[in-house]
Amino acid sequence: MSDSTVTVQGAHTAHEHPPYQRHHFASMEQQVDTTSFAMWLFLLTEIMFFGGLFCSYLIFRNWYYPAFVEASHQLNIFWGTLNTGVLITSSFTMAMGVWCAEMRKKSALVLCLVLTFVLGLVFLGIKYIEYSEKWEKHHVPGFHYSLQSFTNPASDAEVHKEYPDDKPLGVDMARHTELYFSLYFAMTGMHALHMIIGISLLGYLIFRAQQGAYTTGHVTFVHNFGLYWHFVDIIWIFLFPLLYLISRHS
Amino acid sequence: MSKEHDQNQHHDHTGHDHDPGEQDVHDSLNHIVPPRIYIIIGASLLVLTGVTVWASFVDMGVFNPVVALAIACFKASLVVLFFMHVKYSSKLTKLTVFSGLFTFAVLIALTLADYATRAWGRW
Repeated sequence: MSDSTVTVQGAHTAHEHPPYQRHHFASMEQQVDTTSFAMWLFLLTEIMFFGGLFCSYLIFRNWYYPAFVEASHQLNIFWGTLNTGVLITSSFTMAMGVWCAEMRKKSALVLCLVLTFVLGLVFLGIKYIEYSEKWEKHHVPGFHYSLQSFTNPASDAEVHKEYPDDKPLGVDMARHTELYFSLYFAMTGMHALHMIIGISLLGYLIFRAQQGAYTTGHVTFVHNFGLYWHFVDIIWIFLFPLLYLISRHS
Repeated sequence: MSKEHDQNQHHDHTGHDHDPGEQDVHDSLNHIVPPRIYIIIGASLLVLTGVTVWASFVDMGVFNPVVALAIACFKASLVVLFFMHVKYSSKLTKLTVFSGLFTFAVLIALTLADYATRAWGRW
């Protein structure tokens, strides 16, 4: 309480608080608690947002099970695993970045942020390879959607070799593979959008980190950006098994 | 570990009240997680990714999704507790995260219960 009185009466001459403490906070501790509380509230709204997609995926998978199983066989487990590794590594470099900021190591912080930035781009690059394969096979929902891989699995030699037991689906069931791909593109697309936003913010962070903005003791922005980046990682940790893995044996 | 941390926090807090020097104010704010922890957690996450991929190649019938989701939940917990520092955070943060996840679980459970029982007796 006494802190706030001092602040109001003329903190700038007295320097009772660090320059990055806003005047409406009684102490730096309160400011840090408040900002990280706000960040967590934002992340919880994000969980609810992605949660709706996850929930509809579970329900529709239950309803149109054969279609969802065969459609998910179109995804390449190798690319999915590689991308999971890339994203987890980027989370690690981001966590190290937070440590570097706390320890006031400027060049190490810049290095960590650049590595995170590059790994984020690698993730999107792999996602592009996967998306373009779906595009070429007419598995993007819309007017050009093709049921051929599902009504006649043998026509899709590459996938058929991997999953020789896949039976041809009737047109009525095969239609629902389009729903699988709608959810696939909605979920991975939303995730990719979050990655693009994160990478853009990282560009700004790298620029400011080079100016020494985060190695003065004020690590809030790096810290909260780290929370966002790890959250995006967690979404992928659930997308990967749900979309790629759980239908391998079904 | 958490008890020790609580004591640290308490100590820092009183330290702040007596001597609100800039350096001291900063250093008491965040528990600085050492790189050793990040390396262990990062490596565990990569290993668990390998495990979940391996498990998907083993035919466990209905348990394939269960195992995959259990591993995913464990990985997510590691990220939340260590990379996102919740293990070392204030009670407010811990309560926020927990209540959010709890609300989410309630929403999912109610929705799934609705869809699971809509055609009750008509199958």
